[in-house]
Amino acid sequence: MASNHNEHHVTPMSIYIKVAVALYVLTVLTVVAHYFEHALGPMAAPVALLIATIKAALVMLFFMGLKYDDNQNRVIFGCGFFFLLLLYFFTVLDILTRITQTSTL
Amino acid sequence: MSTDNSVHQPGKHHFAHHFRDANHEFETAKQGIWLFMVTEILMFGGLFVGYAIFHQKYPEMFAEGASHLDWKMGFINTMVLITSSLTMALGIYYCQKNQKNKAVVSLALTILCGAIFMVIKYLEYSQKFEHGLLPGRFLNVEHAHAIHENLGMYFGFYFCMTGLHGIHVLCGMGVITWVLIRTAKGEFSAEYYTPVEGVGIFWHIVDLVWIFLFPLLYLIG
Repeated sequence: MASNHNEHHVTPMSIYIKVAVALYVLTVLTVVAHYFEHALGPMAAPVALLIATIKAALVMLFFMGLKYDDNQNRVIFGCGFFFLLLLYFFTVLDILTRITQTSTL
Repeated sequence: MSTDNSVHQPGKHHFAHHFRDANHEFETAKQGIWLFMVTEILMFGGLFVGYAIFHQKYPEMFAEGASHLDWKMGFINTMVLITSSLTMALGIYYCQKNQKNKAVVSLALTILCGAIFMVIKYLEYSQKFEHGLLPGRFLNVEHAHAIHENLGMYFGFYFCMTGLHGIHVLCGMGVITWVLIRTAKGEFSAEYYTPVEGVGIFWHIVDLVWIFLFPLLYLIG
């Protein structure tokens, strides 16, 4: 990357507007999906979380500018989610493998 | 001691002497913000993991808890926060384009959205307090007509998660006010707007957390 201080990436305003509109639409979609909660059954929660993940990705890529950032910052931010997954994984592992037993004493 | 500050001219930023150039300073500052964002993910992450585990254990109780929340309030707040993220991004955009007045207006709108969010949050909280829907053992089972005796756990998560998020909104409004004042003073330009960029990333993570809080607390429950 050239170290010229005039080389900051400027995201065009049209992109910001499009992303915001997409976020509005996806939020409405979340609520619409909620209305079909019973039809979706056990899929209701995954659908809501999938929409939330898409929204989060849009915010990270465009608003937070990770799309135009360098790999170093992407890796740093990704690390946060990686360690969050580790926390989740080992906590769930602990809870699922617990054996309830009455004291023999 | 650096002499950089003593020759500081108003409206002109000089990068600190331990940096190669202005871009080096910008990239370093931004990297620091990203590291800070990791700690934010981990702080909220603990609460999210707790939510996921107890939701798995008591799904009916969480569904009852969510039924006490008004999704319309959460929906409006989601829209408000998305709008604030847009105006924050535009604030940076106008700084990059040397359009000071438009940048100030964008930042002011961002603070306004934050304030609207907090007012709605206040209305929601007072409603919950009125109905005795309080966290943990403070939950008034009779007054709240709670079906599950441990409903207080849901409201423990609700108040901790939205409360911590609310504190972030307030802090965000504070730092945006700080960059707004500096923008109004003409301290930022296309060459130097590092604080606005950093504050922007922080504000967007506040939005990011809410994007997950809304479906988890209000809809899925």
